[in-house]
Amino acid sequence: MKLLTHNMLTSHVKGITKGYPLLIKATEVKVSEVEFNPEFVSRMIPKLEWAALVQAAEGLGHLNDLPVELVPDFEKNEDFLRRVHRVLLEVEVVEGCLRCPESGREFPISRGIPNMLLNEDEV
Amino acid sequence: MSSNSRRPEHTAPPEVFYNEEEARKYSQNSRMIEIQSQMSERAVELLNLPEDQPCFLLDVGCGSGLSGDYLSEEGHFWLGVDISTAMLDVALDREVEGDLILGDMGHGMPFRPGTFDGCISISALQWLCNADKKSYSPPKRLYTFFSTLYSSLARGARAIFQIYPENSEQLELITAQAMKAGFTGGMVVDYPNSTKAKKLFLCLFAGVSGVLPKGLGSETLDRGASNQVQYSGQRCRYKNMKGKSAKKGKDWILEKKERRRRQGREVRADTKYTGRKRKPRF
Repeated sequence: MKLLTHNMLTSHVKGITKGYPLLIKATEVKVSEVEFNPEFVSRMIPKLEWAALVQAAEGLGHLNDLPVELVPDFEKNEDFLRRVHRVLLEVEVVEGCLRCPESGREFPISRGIPNMLLNEDEV
Repeated sequence: MSSNSRRPEHTAPPEVFYNEEEARKYSQNSRMIEIQSQMSERAVELLNLPEDQPCFLLDVGCGSGLSGDYLSEEGHFWLGVDISTAMLDVALDREVEGDLILGDMGHGMPFRPGTFDGCISISALQWLCNADKKSYSPPKRLYTFFSTLYSSLARGARAIFQIYPENSEQLELITAQAMKAGFTGGMVVDYPNSTKAKKLFLCLFAGVSGVLPKGLGSETLDRGASNQVQYSGQRCRYKNMKGKSAKKGKDWILEKKERRRRQGREVRADTKYTGRKRKPRF
């Protein structure tokens, strides 16, 4: 699971109002090479929940010097875009679990795929 | 698709039906792969994405990621959701570029509002119409899916579903729930005159209403759409021929070519040589 996916994922257990951001408990993390696309990264940055990204990256130990506050004028800053690209698309959680901040429900991640299936009483 | 027993939805729930054996077909059977990629190509065309802009798309029922491969080829980034672990394993083995999530459409899409620039789904939606468990209510599951999908799409985004509905009631159920969730749009039918090549696409617009695109091979339909009987005077003359031209004649050939064209098959263009009589010396 890439951190871009994590940034978009919410918990959808019945009765949850926010369910965001999901807490990552990783046991295995890998970094794989992905082609850099500055246009895509700069398009995605406004959509991101920046604080959640920084928190997730820090938790995995791959903060990559990301600032706590989003820098203005990031479209032209290639070095910054590259660093965001690395955190967003190259860092992957392979094994571990995601924890819903409200209900404490845990969604296991195995082979990089988070299991978001719900039990019948949670729908 | 002709008999009911051949529909996979009737045999088992999707997470059971798409087992290792079935999943293997999607990475080895070249015919299946070809059909899947053709349909995803058409679905992306219907999405009408802005050109030269990498988009973030959702693939519902991504399976082994065949449709996703086409998205990556086009330079887009995607996220796939599927309920079958066996299919997702195949996707992992094929090293698809998108990220994968194990999830049930009927539980809703667990994403933040406005995340995706579009959504495609190839042959997946009809699975929601079956109540595989006692507690399942298809209309409710469809509504949960559509309403959560609506919120996770960016305003003005489209969602394209290629579906195999069992009958018209099922189609009505699906569209009714989609409209209830706030979508606009409707069905696009490609090659309506052919039983084999006919493909149904449910095109939904989130927020902004657009003009529904035309189905392929349906241009000729409008011409005969008038509700008046044409050439009523000629009705008796060719009574036993039922409006068909004499066999092997030029008209018959032209009609046959037109019919095949409507079915979306490859047909040579009409020229001055079409159906022309040969010289007697030949």
